[in-house]
Amino acid sequence: MTTMAILTIFVLSVFVGFEVVSKVSTTLHTPLMSGANAIHGIILVGAILVADKSTSTLETTLAIAAVVLATINMVGGFVVTDRMLEMFKGKGGKK
Amino acid sequence: MNSNLYALLGLGVAVSFVMALKGLSAPKTARRGNLIGAFGATVATIIVFFDPTSVEHHNTLLILAAILFGLLVGVPAARKIQMTQMPQLVALFNGVGGGAAALVAIVEYLNLGDSASIGEVIATVFTVLVGSVSFSGSIITFLKLQELMTTRPVVFPGGRFIIAGTLAGSLATSGWVIASGGTTPLLVLAGLSLLFGVLFVLPVGGADVPIVISLLNAFTGLTVAASGYVLQSTLLIVAGTLVGASGTILTRKMAEAMGRSLFGTLFGAFTAKPQAATQAGEARPVKSGSPEDVAILLNYASRVVIVPGFGLAVAQAQHTVRELADLLAAKGVEVAYGIHPVAGRMPGHMNVLLAEANVPYEQLVEMEEINPTFPQTDVVLIVGANDVVNPAAKTTPGCPIYGMPILDVAGAGNVIFLKRSMRPGFAGIENDLLYDAKTTLLFGDAKDSLTKVVSALKGL
Repeated sequence: MTTMAILTIFVLSVFVGFEVVSKVSTTLHTPLMSGANAIHGIILVGAILVADKSTSTLETTLAIAAVVLATINMVGGFVVTDRMLEMFKGKGGKK
Repeated sequence: MNSNLYALLGLGVAVSFVMALKGLSAPKTARRGNLIGAFGATVATIIVFFDPTSVEHHNTLLILAAILFGLLVGVPAARKIQMTQMPQLVALFNGVGGGAAALVAIVEYLNLGDSASIGEVIATVFTVLVGSVSFSGSIITFLKLQELMTTRPVVFPGGRFIIAGTLAGSLATSGWVIASGGTTPLLVLAGLSLLFGVLFVLPVGGADVPIVISLLNAFTGLTVAASGYVLQSTLLIVAGTLVGASGTILTRKMAEAMGRSLFGTLFGAFTAKPQAATQAGEARPVKSGSPEDVAILLNYASRVVIVPGFGLAVAQAQHTVRELADLLAAKGVEVAYGIHPVAGRMPGHMNVLLAEANVPYEQLVEMEEINPTFPQTDVVLIVGANDVVNPAAKTTPGCPIYGMPILDVAGAGNVIFLKRSMRPGFAGIENDLLYDAKTTLLFGDAKDSLTKVVSALKGL
């Protein structure tokens, strides 16, 4: 990938990120933060990529630790967000 | 896997994250949004094993075992956690994510060795620096929220110079890594950044911790984007940037909801003078009442506003408070809940708790709307809240919550505090309202007190 392509993706993503949350109600600040928190658990993909090509013990150890931490972040994040939102279930959100 | 198919699936995952964030910002679609995000993340985790560019597979079994281990830790933690401890768990999850990003960057750096381009080295330095800050900073917020350490701002003499020095050291080390490469400087950088994360969060006062969690969350997003650059993964760049950008907006909104600038939040503790020791020992008279007194006050009111706070969450009293509200409503009393945006330990904390007890949405009134109605309110019932109704936020410049908008409960006819003790709130500030002539205090666990009030009310 060229640096320009990466920069383009980056800048457009910034705007999308600003835009999608611009109208969030105060009620949902916590679940939204928690959901975004789960999404950055996607670093798991990066952790798997580096772990799979690691050969030295040091690299492997660090990479496997990263896989564990990232899994906790991702899975725990989505589960805990779902639990928060479960409580809003069945209410015709008027807000 | 065919590389076009792989890229296409990756694009689908990125779209699912956009839809997840979009869904999460409206109550009706929030749960579905979260599930879409989780689905996307699962797909991404499966397809990465078939990444066409990754030809070597050295540790597949080990990786699967690590994922399994992560699941075994993460899922039960998320399932079993009490609603009251939710904020610190989110902080902890955020921290481990930041730590993972820093580790990924370090491994890739070791792996690339001298072949790393200048751009890759810069991105690595950024990830290690910010990821480490996010990791150690989140751990400190976790300790504060879990009350394993003091919730007050920790300010030590010369603190700001030490913090500035650590930051300068981190930046200088960053320059060193970029200029000379090598493993040692990178490890020094990681160490200094971890230290900086600790020092950066220590002076933040209790009430501001939610904003810091949100900020660190945005930081972690950006580190994921930077490691995506090093790993040439479009998906990581998009997902990380989305979180970084939306997290920044969210942090600003939270800060606005609390009426403070982000700068003031993060650096307020530096500029604030250590409080002249609150006149401890000076016992001022308070008026405490029995559950029956409280029941009588409520019974003859025509309008009651309930202000819930963290004490409600601790006592798990959301169902009891609803029972009380229903009982009053049946007696013809107008009942509303005054929700401060940062009541509890996280913005929206009270909404989540009261929604659990099936309190109708219409009764939850936000601060701006409820404040003008206090003069027409006969009784304000404060259940385990303190800082969000503390007039010191308006009257005492220099106190840690100065400038935070509060619920103007003093305008109401009577104020009832349900409190465990005279202990000040999370921010550690004395509340003059407790000594006001129209204030009645009912000591005890919020749930016990409410139950007693309910039965007293039934007997009237």
